[in-house]
Amino acid sequence: MTPVEIKDRLVQVVGEPVEWQAGPADAAFVVAPEKWYAAALALRDLPELDFAFLRTLCGVDRPAANCIEVVAHLFSYKHKHAFVLKTRVGRQAPRLATVSSVWPAANWHERETYDLFGVSFDGHPDLRRLLLPEDWVGHPLCKDYQEPPSYQGIPMMRPARPAMETKG
Amino acid sequence: MVAESRETPNQVRVTADEGREELMLNMGPHHPSTHGVLRFILHTDGEVMRKAVPDVGYLHRGIEKLAERNTYAGFVPFTDRINYLEPIFANHGYVMAVERLLGVQVPPRAEMLRVITSELNRLASHYVTLGSVAMDIGAYTPFVYLLREREHINDLMEALTGQRLTFNYLRIGGVAFDATDEWLKQVEQFVTGFEPIIDEFDSLISGNEIFVKRLVNVAPISAADAVGFGLVGPNLRASGVDWDLRRDQPYSAYPELQFDVPLGKGKLGTLGDCHDRFLVRVLEMRQSCRILKQALRKLPSGDIRAKVTRIKPAAAETYAAVEGARGELGYYVVADGTDKPYRVKVRSGSFASLSIVEHVSPGLMIADLVALIATLDTLAPEMDR
Repeated sequence: MTPVEIKDRLVQVVGEPVEWQAGPADAAFVVAPEKWYAAALALRDLPELDFAFLRTLCGVDRPAANCIEVVAHLFSYKHKHAFVLKTRVGRQAPRLATVSSVWPAANWHERETYDLFGVSFDGHPDLRRLLLPEDWVGHPLCKDYQEPPSYQGIPMMRPARPAMETKG
Repeated sequence: MVAESRETPNQVRVTADEGREELMLNMGPHHPSTHGVLRFILHTDGEVMRKAVPDVGYLHRGIEKLAERNTYAGFVPFTDRINYLEPIFANHGYVMAVERLLGVQVPPRAEMLRVITSELNRLASHYVTLGSVAMDIGAYTPFVYLLREREHINDLMEALTGQRLTFNYLRIGGVAFDATDEWLKQVEQFVTGFEPIIDEFDSLISGNEIFVKRLVNVAPISAADAVGFGLVGPNLRASGVDWDLRRDQPYSAYPELQFDVPLGKGKLGTLGDCHDRFLVRVLEMRQSCRILKQALRKLPSGDIRAKVTRIKPAAAETYAAVEGARGELGYYVVADGTDKPYRVKVRSGSFASLSIVEHVSPGLMIADLVALIATLDTLAPEMDR
């Protein structure tokens, strides 16, 4: 199915999207956060869609729109079609329902999104930081992230290199 | 529990649980069979594991953040560092995504050179994997033999790109250097000479009794689990899912080439066990040789790079993936109209294959975990990025 056909089928289940990004490249279906789980379940379970493979689930920080986009790239081995599902959560205390019960693969992707963007996934079985140490402060892939000067007494910056001497 | 063990890395914890004892052991972060810096927290009951929890991130270098600070072309060398065993694929996925955003048409010669270097790189990567599988379960010699063969590929790649490991060969719109006839002849000689070595390796190792006993029926992964956890590439095919991006979503010059996609069949044991994952890679190497021979014959003449003057794609986003040695290596690139990517997300095969370890581990022996992670071909830098 083409992305537009998939969109039309999904609209029958979760209603009109918040936005349909027809895109010049990849199209995306932006769903309201409260319908995130229902949309995920429909995409996996409807036999004509059958998106069993979650390629990625990641965040995109949009400070200009005051939101963090959570993007899921889906693929169906059975029908050989792909789809992009998105939602937008507020930048202050972002929360979203987990889809780790829909795709087991989402477990680690959500942990990574929590780690790097601070999105908290409600109902996640094991929401801990994945890549960074547990006592790390902040979420580095946010656009306004300030790198701390040191971590556990280890300086994060190299000492400034002495200026090269120039002759003449 | 995790935080406690971090303070005292080699502690052994014993808890009484219904008359049985649970030992908590650390494997890694520095361990010969963890393939990079990677740690497992093992909950064991004697030799049998209750579960193995991977603790990752030791090699997190913030490559996705670095992408946002570099120009589109400036990020290409960073992609090599995502996976030092398959830098061509790491380059390829990224440049494909950017080319799609720019609408650039890559010249046919460049596409074919990409395929040739890709397949050489796949061979080099599989050597290390298969050698490590053998080494991890106790056979050291095959590893040395395969590394010797890999040196030939490193020499060939050095002659073409100037680098032995992080080739940085692909450019947005083409490739960096053209191949000379002399070089192509060397590649052909290498491929011809290499095919018997695969046979020799296969006959020595794949059916070896000790080797078979260590791998057959160990940690089988069902097709449903493989798809659900997002396994890709040889790991997915070992579980019987017939899917290869090169054939099913053809890109680059692959549509012009004939090859088969080997699948796991549970030849000696269960479908999707460690031996299947091993065997699929051996069979894949034969197909890579087949692709290389055709590609060398079909290499067209012409330009090696499209004219790309200003790399400043309009606001859009795309996902592009290639079939790497560890399966689908995908890049989700968001452009915002400036000369730097707004967001780059790397989707790697090792990420998925590590995330399934906790699910597969209950009931395995500790020594079987070594076989599992070796045959899953996880590479910590690709996982952590």
